[in-house]
Amino acid sequence: MTELEVNGQRRSVSAGPDTPLLYVLRNDLGLVGSRFGCGTGQCGACFVIVEGKAVPSCDTPLWSVSGKEITTVEGLGKGGELHPVQKALLAEQAAQCGYCSSGIAVAAAAFLSLNQNPSEKEVREALDRNLCRCGAHNRVVRAVLRAAKEMRP
Amino acid sequence: MKHPRVRFQRDRTVWIASGKVELGQGINTALAQIAAEELDVAFERVRIAPPSTAYSPDEGYTSGSMSIQEGGKGVREACVQVRAALLAHAAELLGAPIGELAVEDGTIKAKNGNSVTYWECAAEASETPPAGAGVKPSGPAKIVGKSAPRVDLPAKIAGKPAYVQDMTLPGMLFARIVRPSRPFSKLVSLPEFNYQEEILVRDGSFVGVLAEREELAIAAAAKLRAKAVWKESPVPEDFHGWLRKNVTERSILKEIKGSPPAGTRVTASYSKPFIAHASIGPSCAVARLKDGKLEVWTHSQGIFGLRHELSVVLQMKLEDIVVNHAEGAGCYGHNGADDVALDAALLARAADGRPVKLQWMREDEFAWEPYGPAMALELEARLDGAGNIVSWKHELWSNGHTNRPGRSPKPALIAARHLEKAFDFAPAIDPALPPEGAGRNAIPLYDFADLQVAKNYVRETPRRASSLRALGAYGNVFAIESFMDELAAAAGADPIEFRLRHLKDARARAVLEALKVPWSSFAKSENQGHGIGFARYKNIGAYCGVLAEVEAGEVLRVKRLVLAADVGLAINPDGVANQLEGGAIQATSWTLKEEGRIGAVSWEDYPILRFSEVPAVEVQILKSDAPSLGAGEAAQGPTAAAIANALHDALGVRVRDLPLTPERIVQAMG
Repeated sequence: MTELEVNGQRRSVSAGPDTPLLYVLRNDLGLVGSRFGCGTGQCGACFVIVEGKAVPSCDTPLWSVSGKEITTVEGLGKGGELHPVQKALLAEQAAQCGYCSSGIAVAAAAFLSLNQNPSEKEVREALDRNLCRCGAHNRVVRAVLRAAKEMRP
Repeated sequence: MKHPRVRFQRDRTVWIASGKVELGQGINTALAQIAAEELDVAFERVRIAPPSTAYSPDEGYTSGSMSIQEGGKGVREACVQVRAALLAHAAELLGAPIGELAVEDGTIKAKNGNSVTYWECAAEASETPPAGAGVKPSGPAKIVGKSAPRVDLPAKIAGKPAYVQDMTLPGMLFARIVRPSRPFSKLVSLPEFNYQEEILVRDGSFVGVLAEREELAIAAAAKLRAKAVWKESPVPEDFHGWLRKNVTERSILKEIKGSPPAGTRVTASYSKPFIAHASIGPSCAVARLKDGKLEVWTHSQGIFGLRHELSVVLQMKLEDIVVNHAEGAGCYGHNGADDVALDAALLARAADGRPVKLQWMREDEFAWEPYGPAMALELEARLDGAGNIVSWKHELWSNGHTNRPGRSPKPALIAARHLEKAFDFAPAIDPALPPEGAGRNAIPLYDFADLQVAKNYVRETPRRASSLRALGAYGNVFAIESFMDELAAAAGADPIEFRLRHLKDARARAVLEALKVPWSSFAKSENQGHGIGFARYKNIGAYCGVLAEVEAGEVLRVKRLVLAADVGLAINPDGVANQLEGGAIQATSWTLKEEGRIGAVSWEDYPILRFSEVPAVEVQILKSDAPSLGAGEAAQGPTAAAIANALHDALGVRVRDLPLTPERIVQAMG
């Protein structure tokens, strides 16, 4: 059994220690918001936050996150509300198929926790590890800048 | 009332059956707007049901930017009919003349103050209204034509289950497929494998693995793939050259015999490579075979075509198969969606009635999805002394642009050719005009007095190919609009003026006129350039003009795109803008980077445009009340040409082979 701390809850799972975190999240814990895109950490669709950093859960073995704090897209918001980034993505209608959206929301939330007042260029560079095929990029960038503004005290 | 397409639910919502499927293009939102408008109910009350062969109308494929035109028409007609029937029934109930009834959010009100709701009277009403009953008074639209938020995005952005990839059924097994990364004719040997709980499924050269846990299925398939031996099928290196030598049939798409060609002759050859759909979510399906009945959940663009083909390959009756649409990631055409559904169904035969979920791995998608076919093009024109085009020739070489299942008596699904009893495989075909496939937009919209457009169709497909967003229009418009730019330069004319000189269509002219201001406000500096491209999609669809501004340094960067489009009445203007913008960004990626090489298995092998490389995009939608036209494919070709023309403006070199890579640019500079 491996003990995990996911979205503020302690969970224990019986998957093998080398199992990529993604399959544990999706199939054992029912957290399907992290999507499978490539399995090799190249697209960002499965990003989760581990100790403050956005990492690809498809390429993260279970043993390496035991006891660490993990936040998935489902846990970004507080008190039943969406995270400001998610709200801004909706306000800007910043998606087409939405398959990459949760990974982008995770990456942007992690980024904004470190940089409260980013430039457009910084936002783009921060999201360069996330692939989007529909071409919603510019709407996403506008959404992240909007969320940054709304999150500033 | 038991209308097959419109149902009034107990929770005061309206259920609408549509034959068109949500692909991330926002069709469910636009159809809900149309239904709400025609029924006079609040937009929020409308639910578009996920299409299923069990209850949906067969509206063919969700493709070719036809969903608003075809699917919207079907929903509109059904809603008009249902509203009229309900009003006729309400007139009796309320004792009021039908002409005096008004409807507000599903409540029918008489002048005497009595009212009844759709939900109250739907059960008793007949399906068909008496002739001429309840014709809706014409008035300004309330819902259609205004931007509506996408109905599906809240769940997707919250990370809720939204895709077939997220489906879970009781007792479900996970599956993976074992295929090599290159085309093959046959599986020669499969390694020994120490199975724990995994189940190996093999039928001829078709191999898959079932397991209780997903990661075990993945690991087993990876081990088998690493040591399996396949007999490879060769694919020509110089595919464009090969196409020219292997023509099956040459056909003339259009010919106008003008006066004998005179003037200065100009020629140029262009090409486009194989391009992947490269969906972010690899294809996935869920299948369950129980008691002789097969049920499949799929993100196919054509559930009826898929059902037909499943019945052929599995030798089952159509009525024993139900195919349900469940959303996937954006597909942009015919990707692995249908193939993975057959794969899952084949594996479900070994699952003893349990449901099977199969998602292709990234390498399966890159290796096995049908790519948009490569094309070679040759253009020739003659310019008279006044700088007018007096003769135009366009000749193209290509495989067919559609290999969708259900369109040929032979199966097109990939596993069909790998089974022990292999099926003779259907070649990619090319539909006829006006939508065409390879020849889509090969006929220029310009008015030329002497014209010949010819297509050389190549049936043999050493490399699998099928429909990719815009089909042949991407290559043809790239060639035509690059060539127009070359001719404008030869004639010493302004590119916009030169196009207008040869164009009578008023809507086309308006789109080009709309680009004049951003065109003339460009400040030229070293290594910077601007260019334009224009087309009317399929010559019968949306008009789109694109202006590109680029900077040509070590790599070619597209800094800004300005789009002007006429899509007729835009049902959901923000949805149209999103589709045009997305199309232009995707086309920028195709044009700068993408070339599908055999053996590509990852995003490293097949890079696409990233956030920091994406240009600013401005979209201007021209006001129109003309019939609505699909917007999703209009920008692809014009964007490619605009970028190539801007590159020429920046560096004075012409690159005629896509993509416009640094190597090609350096080569062109000599």
